[in-house]
Amino acid sequence: MSSIREVIKKRILVLDGAMGTMLQRYNFTEADFRGDRFKDYPTALKGNNDLLSLTQPNAIADVHRKYFEAGADIVETNTFSGTTIAMADYDMEDLVYELNFESAKIAKYVATEFTNKNPEKPRFVAGSIGPTNRTASLSPDVNRPEFRAVTFDELRIAYKQQVEALIDGGVDLLLVETIFDTLNAKAALFAIEEVKEEQNIDIPIMVSGTITDASGRTLSGQTVEAFLTSISHVPLLSVGFNCALGAKQLQPYLKRLSSQTDFYTSAHPNAGLPNAFGEYDQTPEEMKNLIEAYLKDDLINIIGGCCGTNPEHIKAIAQVVKNYKPRQIKQLA
Amino acid sequence: MDDCDCQKYLTLSGLEPLIVTPESNFINVGERTNVTGSRKFLRLIKEEKYNEALAVARDQVEGGAQILDVNMDEGMLDGVYAMTTFLNLIASEPDISRIPIMIDSSKWEIIEAGLKVVQGKSVVNSISLKEGETEFIRQAKLVKRYGAAVIVMAFDENGQADTYNRRIEICERSYKILVDIVNFPPQDIIFDPNIFPVATGMEEHRKNALDFFKATEWIRQNLPFANVSGGVSNVSFSFRGNNTVREAMHASFLFHAIKNGMNLGIVNPTMLEIYDEIDKELLQCVEDVLFDRREDATERLLAFAETVKGNKKESTETVQEWRNTELQNRITHALVKGIDAFIIEDVEEARQSVSRPIEVIEGHLMQGMSVVGDLFGSGKMFLPQVVKSARVMKKAVAYLQPFIEAEKDGKQAFAGKILMATVKGDVHDIGKNIVSVVLGCNNYQIIDLGVMVPPEKIIDTAIKEQVDIIGLSGLITPSLDEMVYVSKEMEKQNLDIPLIIGGATTSKAHTSVKIAPHYKDAVVHINDASRAVTVVGELLNKNNVVYKEQIREEYDVFREKFLNRTKQKDYISIEEARKRKYKIDWQTSKIVKPKQLGIQIIEDFDITKLEAYIDWSPFFRSWDLHGKYPDILTDSVVGSQATDLFIDAQELLKRIFDEKLLKAKAIFGLFPANSINDDDIEVSLKEGHTELVSVSHNHEDQLTFLTLRQQLKKREGVPNHALADFIAPKETGIQDYIGAFCVSTGFGTAKLAEQFEADNDDYNSIMIKALADRLAEAFAEYLHKEVRTKHWAYAQDESLTNQELIKENYKGIRPAPGYPACPDHLEKQTIWKLLNVEENIDVKLTESLAMWPAASVSGYYFGNPEAKYFGLGKIKEDQLLDYSKRKNISIAEATKWLNPNLAD
Repeated sequence: MSSIREVIKKRILVLDGAMGTMLQRYNFTEADFRGDRFKDYPTALKGNNDLLSLTQPNAIADVHRKYFEAGADIVETNTFSGTTIAMADYDMEDLVYELNFESAKIAKYVATEFTNKNPEKPRFVAGSIGPTNRTASLSPDVNRPEFRAVTFDELRIAYKQQVEALIDGGVDLLLVETIFDTLNAKAALFAIEEVKEEQNIDIPIMVSGTITDASGRTLSGQTVEAFLTSISHVPLLSVGFNCALGAKQLQPYLKRLSSQTDFYTSAHPNAGLPNAFGEYDQTPEEMKNLIEAYLKDDLINIIGGCCGTNPEHIKAIAQVVKNYKPRQIKQLA
Repeated sequence: MDDCDCQKYLTLSGLEPLIVTPESNFINVGERTNVTGSRKFLRLIKEEKYNEALAVARDQVEGGAQILDVNMDEGMLDGVYAMTTFLNLIASEPDISRIPIMIDSSKWEIIEAGLKVVQGKSVVNSISLKEGETEFIRQAKLVKRYGAAVIVMAFDENGQADTYNRRIEICERSYKILVDIVNFPPQDIIFDPNIFPVATGMEEHRKNALDFFKATEWIRQNLPFANVSGGVSNVSFSFRGNNTVREAMHASFLFHAIKNGMNLGIVNPTMLEIYDEIDKELLQCVEDVLFDRREDATERLLAFAETVKGNKKESTETVQEWRNTELQNRITHALVKGIDAFIIEDVEEARQSVSRPIEVIEGHLMQGMSVVGDLFGSGKMFLPQVVKSARVMKKAVAYLQPFIEAEKDGKQAFAGKILMATVKGDVHDIGKNIVSVVLGCNNYQIIDLGVMVPPEKIIDTAIKEQVDIIGLSGLITPSLDEMVYVSKEMEKQNLDIPLIIGGATTSKAHTSVKIAPHYKDAVVHINDASRAVTVVGELLNKNNVVYKEQIREEYDVFREKFLNRTKQKDYISIEEARKRKYKIDWQTSKIVKPKQLGIQIIEDFDITKLEAYIDWSPFFRSWDLHGKYPDILTDSVVGSQATDLFIDAQELLKRIFDEKLLKAKAIFGLFPANSINDDDIEVSLKEGHTELVSVSHNHEDQLTFLTLRQQLKKREGVPNHALADFIAPKETGIQDYIGAFCVSTGFGTAKLAEQFEADNDDYNSIMIKALADRLAEAFAEYLHKEVRTKHWAYAQDESLTNQELIKENYKGIRPAPGYPACPDHLEKQTIWKLLNVEENIDVKLTESLAMWPAASVSGYYFGNPEAKYFGLGKIKEDQLLDYSKRKNISIAEATKWLNPNLAD
């Protein structure tokens, strides 16, 4: 099987869409979330989507399968909140290794199934590494601006554990995503570099930041260029943006990013902006047309969807990217 | 590959990025947030008065610091706690945290604590080989993993480097370890080769400054992409208490350190004299010490220091008569005469006589400036003088600013707010700066967005700053279209801000035909600075409706007339024009094979040789003084101003020559060539390449120049020219030749201009650019002569005076793309490809194909004795279509570039 570094030179790769949107369709109850194993667990577990990798593995595998069928080259593991910091909400810090390991195994199992069927189109698994629910460079307490709810070292240790489990479970690459505080991402990258050195391995890394609104900045206040500068010390496979904005709103920032980096670029925008009811109602056709504008501007190497997207969106995107060449990156001297 | 140069610049970030390019000015590191350097800051930190400590940081950022140095190294402080707390607090202040942080400590644990709390890419200050290689590598690896750049001190196991050899030896060793073992990006390395005190009386300190300069130069030349930094105030350590001497030493040291390649550093701006204003005798003493020029240098500086001890430096100028007149007279005199020597003391006196500092601006200064305005308006003062007046005005206002700000709601009442910008793709700003200065003198607040300003930025700023007028400037022809685009965007955004258009290629015709119809508010073309004041005044008048209507009508009528006039011209088809080409009898025409084919590069050219080749007339034109040199110097109207300007120009020119302020480079090539298909010139690259020059990577052995042909219908027997007519057609079987060149004298101009601007000296900022332009033209003239007489050598026995050269009495021509014979700017790309100009001499093309540095000239050489200059005039659509096919670009693309030459 060719590696992702070879494939990405030849074509635009398609990333999957939202996991949460798909899981909502199952209407899982508290009991479904608990399964047999956690039926007596002391805290409420409904909403802990990462846990479904242990209690409803078939549903998770099915979602991956649907995205691969729609034409995705890469699926993300169901591990967006798989750190001790995020799992503290459910008192499930001790389960972090297992959650990540099993999630990676499920995704890898489905990916192998598809690669075997069609070795011409190898499928990859990206270990999803979310931002956690705390910020290292912002204080949650306006009266104590010097206070931090989480430190770099706490993040680094938590991320390291997640990264080790994902790698043990067999992911092909790591995706540090939905970055709204660059310092959190730097801790994740620090952890990844540590693991790479300790295990003497090289694993491709994708980094994806989040521009929160029309100010064009991350939540922690950085411009596109400052964000890029702050994470470029690590050799990345790709850098890009996801979440918060729809494809249309994201385009100007993607343009700036794309013109200033020698890494490959990625984007997985939301299905538009949420409507008055908080729902995403951009149709696959609409999103496809917006994505086509990226392609015409030669902005992208990896493209997928975030909140509100489903396999129909990914299918439409996968079809349109076939007609375009990937963005060429400048060769490093 | 040059494509990736972007990867090789030191790039830092706070909330915003900081990219240190070769064009960047010296990067100033704010140093007041350092407990070892500021007693006040230490006290604030010790007492945990963090809000006041933050105010110190904010002052630094507002004062122009581009990086903020934070140091908490003090025995009584918990450094890790103080660093973490203070940096966390800074992170909550977006106006401070927008710039990158320099984490400064001699203790690794404090540095690491800092690295853990900054989200941007910071600088570690510092690491070194002091504790040996193992520790150095460990720390460097961590710095890289935390995503920071690093300052490396010239320090090793044996101590601090204190000689030239030790400095370069340690820096080279550190560099190799960092780059080869740690894989540290070389552009993220900043060396601090140790600035030590001089004039201490100790023999071994004599060469401290000189060795620093030399080491800096060596590092920049031998350790690719590495940067150099240093703490300047050390150098004057032995003169503590004598600020006059210290300030002079800092200024001179900094001046020479920057020249040798120091690109960032820690400087206290309040302890810095303006280099040019250092007393000449003192400067001589200081530089004798810095460069260790004489045995008794230290003694002489000490002796001089005695004479200025304690007191403010005394002017050696004798106090003149006008100094004895009353205050307003003195201020007016200083403004009218452009004398800045006493303005601060006069303004201070004025300030004490009024109840609010703003009254000095509105009263004393404006009264003086209105005299300037009247004299200028009545033609009794000229532009160069007004710019000098502005320099004095700026200095006065800068002095008053802190007092005004100290007052609540103290605001300067401006007559209006004007946004000025040179449009996207264009780098020329002399004209724009002159207009800005003149308007600034008339109490307008100028928001100058600089050069290459994208339309969104113009519009966003206009909206955000609520400006009253937008001024667009540009020199090259593609800028005309860019201005049209900006005006359309302004209309789209529904702006109602008047637009003024200026710059050498702009015209009332273009403005009225191509811009005014797209924008509903007033659009006015201004061709000279003196008219700017009147126009802006009318536009901002409360009852401006009438004026705006008048302008609109005037332009409508002008447009009608213009369009009618152009319709009367007759054109012939391109086929017909080709039949009427200029015919040379190739069987008898004298073709000389160049002595040396291929590309040659001239680097570090001695620019003093160019003085004799300068054509001064255009220089005076750029200052709105019209007339031919040298007659203009004795002209009855502008003669005395022209003479003053000429004297100032000579003075700066002398400085440029003496201090080697500008660097000149050139490249040229001579190649076998033949014309093909009437209008194209096929150039062969096969012969004559040497190993020494970097050749284009695209392994083609030929390139084609496309020329354009005149299509205006002419009298019988008068040919329709194209440049290709001067090269033997391939079918004749005769081998002909062509040359191409690019010269630049602009290296250093931008930096110098910025230095002048930082000193509020617009006069010299404009002057340096105007001179650099003249030198570039002179260089082109010089090189052409060298080519004619030596390299191509078809005119070996030519002997022409400069006047004859200016009159173009030589054989052969050197037309430049973008000028009348070949207005197609795209041809520059072919020249760039042919000579690999950017890689070889570092002159770049912008997206609008302007050359950068701006003081550059490029073109072709045609050697045929019958070759002559002509103007293309307008061309028709058939040639446009034919051209787009030949060029293999879309019609839209071709239209975009040839637009100014298309007949309607």
